[in-house]
Amino acid sequence: MSEHTSRTAQAPAADHSPVGGHSHGTMGQLMIGFGLAAILTIIPFYLVMAEVDMGRTTLIGIIMGLGAVQIIVHLVFFLHVNRGAEEGWTLSASVFSVIILGIVLAGSLWVMHNMNENMMPMHEMDRHIEQMKSLRSQQG
Amino acid sequence: MASEANSPAETFSPIFGRLTLDWIPYHEPILIGTFAGIALGGLILMTLMTYFRLWGPLWSNWVTSVDHKKIGIMYMVLGFVMMVRGFADALMMRAQQAMAAGGAEGYLPPHHYDQVFTAHGVIMIFFVAMPFVTGVMNYVMPLQIGARDVAFPFLNNFSFWMTVAGALLVNVSLFVGEFARVGWLAFPPLSGASYSTGPGMDYYLWALQIAGVGTTLSGINLIATILKMRAPGMKLFDMPIFTWTALVTNVLIVAAFPVLTATLALLTLDRYLGFHFFTNDFGGNAMMYINLIWIWGHPEVYILIIPCFGIISEIVSTFSGKPIFGYRTMVWATACIMVLSFVVWLHHFFTMGSGASVNTFFGITTMIIAVPTGVKIFNWLFTMYKGRVRFELPMLWAVGFLVTFTIGGMTGVMLAIPPVDFQLHNTLFLIAHFHNVIIGGVVFAIYAGVVYWWPKAFGFKLNETWGRRAFWGWFIGFYVAFMPLYALGLMGVTRRMNSYPDAGWQPYFIVAAIGAVIILLGILSTFVCFYVSIRDRKALAVGNDPWDARTLEWATQSPPAPYNFPHDIEVVGREAFWRMKRHGFAWSTDYAPIHMPKGTATGVILSAVAFVFGFAMVWYVWWLAALTFVAMIAIGIGHTFNYNRDYDIPVDEVRRTEAKGALA
Repeated sequence: MSEHTSRTAQAPAADHSPVGGHSHGTMGQLMIGFGLAAILTIIPFYLVMAEVDMGRTTLIGIIMGLGAVQIIVHLVFFLHVNRGAEEGWTLSASVFSVIILGIVLAGSLWVMHNMNENMMPMHEMDRHIEQMKSLRSQQG
Repeated sequence: MASEANSPAETFSPIFGRLTLDWIPYHEPILIGTFAGIALGGLILMTLMTYFRLWGPLWSNWVTSVDHKKIGIMYMVLGFVMMVRGFADALMMRAQQAMAAGGAEGYLPPHHYDQVFTAHGVIMIFFVAMPFVTGVMNYVMPLQIGARDVAFPFLNNFSFWMTVAGALLVNVSLFVGEFARVGWLAFPPLSGASYSTGPGMDYYLWALQIAGVGTTLSGINLIATILKMRAPGMKLFDMPIFTWTALVTNVLIVAAFPVLTATLALLTLDRYLGFHFFTNDFGGNAMMYINLIWIWGHPEVYILIIPCFGIISEIVSTFSGKPIFGYRTMVWATACIMVLSFVVWLHHFFTMGSGASVNTFFGITTMIIAVPTGVKIFNWLFTMYKGRVRFELPMLWAVGFLVTFTIGGMTGVMLAIPPVDFQLHNTLFLIAHFHNVIIGGVVFAIYAGVVYWWPKAFGFKLNETWGRRAFWGWFIGFYVAFMPLYALGLMGVTRRMNSYPDAGWQPYFIVAAIGAVIILLGILSTFVCFYVSIRDRKALAVGNDPWDARTLEWATQSPPAPYNFPHDIEVVGREAFWRMKRHGFAWSTDYAPIHMPKGTATGVILSAVAFVFGFAMVWYVWWLAALTFVAMIAIGIGHTFNYNRDYDIPVDEVRRTEAKGALA
């Protein structure tokens, strides 16, 4: 961290040690995280491999949901995002990112869905292309 | 396509890619004249620099410097130089539209005119407004929080040179090949491979990608600086308003610029590798590009304006002799804008075909975002109320800002009403609106900041007479140039027209052209002002605190020593310097060695290689692109082995520097 200029050199304590020196987590925490991550990976694999009898939409929903939980597990147990780390900045930065991501994803889906409803829908476009193709083949 | 007739045939050779001599536009008299002028000017400059032996000092004191103050000044120089280029484009457009009425063709053919308006937009936003804003933040913010430099000094230097590399790429397109003809946001399918052949669009993509790396890294750097390097005791709610706005702006940069990078990368895949994200066929959706680019684009306009709010806050408070009215509401209003700026993007394309519910939602959010902005306007007014307002140069610009920006904001709220927008979309009314907020907001505020912090940066004030002339040129020129465009927009005149049939519009365009010439006088006065002030610097010399200001940057010497402050400052509460002055503040002479970062050439070398990489990608010179790409990674890794990065300024030198400052 020689990029830091003199402030860190003069007052290192305040800048370098997040609360309690547990910045890299204890072995127990890491193992809990590992266990959770493994379980969250095995469940979706099982659902697909064992061809469990459920609707396709439900299946995709479950996989996506478990994926989202997986992200949180990684953030909390491996990247140590909690209220203590870096005076809470890590947590607030993560929350802000999630809000922005939510806005961008949900907003884009809503906007583009709306556009597709109001402008020429894709399947009609395809049908239109098919018609053009058949017309052309009849002519030539 | 008509314009393709002007382009050389597509060829490809393994060594030069698609670059052939036919791409040098030696048959265009305007470009040849420009090139001759720049070449001659450059030659004279280089000769003078060699004569006065300035290359060495330029290299070691500026180019390789990691000092945030020098990098900030270099950003401002880049901004002013590129402003001349962008303004030349503006004059060309105004002249063309003043002439090309009632069937007349003017002097610019369409394919050239389209490049001019694209270059004008791209340059003014990415290479004028962004460097200005980043430059002021770079210079002022570390001083305001009592830091010695930014958190990552090398990264700062690298960010600056990446921005320069992008700017150079845009300018090279003037003389080698062509620039994009697609408008500043390059909507597909026009910007896709089938409708924009030739290198113009690729210059656009690589210039913005390379400059975007710099902007994003600088955003990360300045956030880290504000969060980690504040003077001991300075709590977040003790920070000056300008530092707050710098924090919010850089958060927006870090959140929004990746969206731009990703969107342009998708378009690059479309153009280079035949993908179909935004094409008309094979399931591509051009509307998705417009959606994504404005998710970046709207936060971008707040990235530009929020630091300007900060500059105006500092100036209004200083020249009214009062603390800013409603400090907390100011901070919360800025934070509200930070989040709200992400939920208004659709108002840029109300007419694209979303339903009433979507348009209503985004219309209302747009009107809501005007509320925190209005809060700020009233805070500035209440700060001035019953204050002892001193009408010095910075305050003049600040009042010009208040009046003009408020008008621009109100026309913005008009455009936020979807049914009104259906009438005004893509008309000159819109053009007038955003120039009203960008000139009246960003340019006026940056000028205010330049005249306000100039004495801090150089130790002397700017010449008052020429400073006032510059202000009145810009202020009057703006109204003469853009009020006719509001009127034309209400008549339904659309933007980006090379010629128009209705001769009745011509008088308005002629008035607008006259306005542009008045702005030109303002710009010329600016440079005369710089020249006259530098010439008379002895007479204009001032002390450390010429404006009787309130924040920490005025506690140190003018210009500040490389280490900014001889000691750490214990900050108690807001307006630290004001309190220090009241208690008869003086620096202790008990100095300690100061630990500082060393300059490095890695930033400028990396950026030079990135520039060559961009050029090679534009011209399909694959071997060179591969080579430079590997070189960039190698240089980057190589730099991590450089352990010779810092040094200590010995006590004697600190004592000598401080004694010199005390005499001045």
